[in-house]
Amino acid sequence: MAALHERTDALSWGRVHRFKHALARPAFSDELPLLLSAREDRTVLARGLGRSYGDSGLNENNILIDMRALDHVREFDVVNGVLDVEAGMSLKDILVLCAQKGGAWFLPVTPGTKFVTLGGAIANDVHGKNHHGAGCFGNHVLSLRLLRSDGQMLTCSPKENTDLFRATIGGMGLTGLIVSARMAMKAVPGPWLESEDIRYDNLDDFYNLTAQSLADWEYTVAWVDCLARGAQLGRGIFSRARHVLSTRPAPPRSEPRLALPISFPNFALNRVTLAAFNAFYLRRASRRPARNVVPFENVFYPLDAIGQFNLMYGRRGFYQYQCVIPSGGDRDATRALLAEISDAGVGSFLAVLKTLGDKASPGLMSFPMAGTTLALDFANDGAPTLSLLSRLDAITRAAGGRVYPAKDGRVAAADYQAGYGQWRDFVRFVDPGFSSNFWRRVSQGTAV
Amino acid sequence: MNILVFGATSAIAQAFARLYAPAGGRFFLIARNAERLATIAADLRARGAEQVESATADLADLPLHAGLIAQAKNALGAIDRVLIAHGTLSNQQTCETDAESMIREIGINFLSAASLLTTLANVMQAQRSGSIAVIGSVAGDRGRQSNYVYGSAKAGLGAFVEGLRHRMTRHGVNVTLVKPGFVDTPMTAALAKGGPLWASPEKVAKDIKNAMEGGAAVLYTPWFWRWIMVIIRSVPDAIFRRTRL
Repeated sequence: MAALHERTDALSWGRVHRFKHALARPAFSDELPLLLSAREDRTVLARGLGRSYGDSGLNENNILIDMRALDHVREFDVVNGVLDVEAGMSLKDILVLCAQKGGAWFLPVTPGTKFVTLGGAIANDVHGKNHHGAGCFGNHVLSLRLLRSDGQMLTCSPKENTDLFRATIGGMGLTGLIVSARMAMKAVPGPWLESEDIRYDNLDDFYNLTAQSLADWEYTVAWVDCLARGAQLGRGIFSRARHVLSTRPAPPRSEPRLALPISFPNFALNRVTLAAFNAFYLRRASRRPARNVVPFENVFYPLDAIGQFNLMYGRRGFYQYQCVIPSGGDRDATRALLAEISDAGVGSFLAVLKTLGDKASPGLMSFPMAGTTLALDFANDGAPTLSLLSRLDAITRAAGGRVYPAKDGRVAAADYQAGYGQWRDFVRFVDPGFSSNFWRRVSQGTAV
Repeated sequence: MNILVFGATSAIAQAFARLYAPAGGRFFLIARNAERLATIAADLRARGAEQVESATADLADLPLHAGLIAQAKNALGAIDRVLIAHGTLSNQQTCETDAESMIREIGINFLSAASLLTTLANVMQAQRSGSIAVIGSVAGDRGRQSNYVYGSAKAGLGAFVEGLRHRMTRHGVNVTLVKPGFVDTPMTAALAKGGPLWASPEKVAKDIKNAMEGGAAVLYTPWFWRWIMVIIRSVPDAIFRRTRL
């Protein structure tokens, strides 16, 4: 059986939280039941590729199970596009497998990085640029195998153990160990997309472009200049894309071309460098859309070309703030959020704005809802950063919105509970042998 | 391509086998755990393998070797690639106090591989083709207080493989000694990770495949370990004795 090792180097992507963990690294799934039964009075949480930003993937002074070696394909039905794999397999490896099998199948939903595991994608019920058409990752999970701390291995699907299935999708890893899952893959004509990047001038233009694009473009997202103010508030580059048939030879598989070897000094990212970068970056796109045919990597994973880009924020680490504001009040609340951020003069060039559609996920605790989502990074400068994020929370909460647990490392329990009213219902599905720092924080105020 | 893997459940061996699956590789896999072999077989099939057969055996049990190789030959016909990847990361402290444990470690890390290679060499010599890779270790390059039992087994294996390579060259068979550095696998879970010295099993597997195809005598993987070991070997004894390496 995989032994437990006391470790201090299990960090989340934001690198702010530095905890001690007992880490286990099983090589095969047959080791999992023993690991769970030997946990004694400690709780367990699965760890994948460590791309959650805050503390939802951490379990201080308790056990983390590194699932990366559990990456075996169980079956790939290439006729029907049904893929059955272990939870530690990365989306990157799933895409490689799809390409090896002729490239007719693709991920039905993908987040902005392919360096996440299948288990992580389910536990966070990730969404992508096609949320308005495809919904969440969980909308495409046919079934999953869940190992509970009492040793039961349960198959959960929309037909079997339905409640536990719904609780596990977006359940932040708290309902048990996701061991494997069956996915309905998406049929595509090949690895190419046609895409357009359009520079736009303010938030109203963003909504206009969105309204014009949703029907014909499967994938939409906008990069926002988070320092722009006044009449230019919300300006940025609107990107839209869709799969296209191309006779070009398949693009070479891309590995990270560049990896940041060390943390940047903390001062490398400040208001001046950020403003300069944003002004420069905005010029990349023109107001008149030019259509390009590009490999899918360029559309979905531009940041994956830089390994460890999180080191850019220095030793202090960073927070990501991602919230969703429900339709109706979303334009005003987004304006208020952007104004608060540009007034503070902080933020990062990785700022993303997108509308989410109304396709419901089976996930009980899933983050997305119809409306607008804003995501951006903030270098961790301590109290001023946390205070700004609390002000953003207030705007989000007043508009009936909520933050995304996968990105969060500090939201107050009251704000979380206001955003996720169903959380009390969720509590009864949480496996008593599982926990996380995030969960201990946001479930305060009740006996869990 | 017909591939025979000893110690098929190790992370490096799994990554190695996966490289040959998409092109329709045919496999014969040997390891101790039948359930795990079944997991790997399903994985390789789903990735494109044309045929996957396996045998369950403890390779420390030397009398089984000839039978296993005959079984593999039967299943595969010609054997194009062989990876010998089984072994244990010895507990040095136990080996220092208990001669029986020490001998067991030398047995699994040296004698077992040497025994397999003896039978295998004759099969490969007769077919006059193929390439064999044997996993050694940088630990075999200089005896160090922290793991000289494991290191001496791998050093012995290194000389054996070197000689076998010499013998097999005129029979058209390549033999490569592989010396991985730090590989990020479940076997090394106890060690803190990260930093440029650590390589993924996928990277190491790719290097092995390339070295076998290129006919390299010794592969250090990643490449910089060759130079790290040049330095470690050239530290004068008077200084070396004072280090805790």
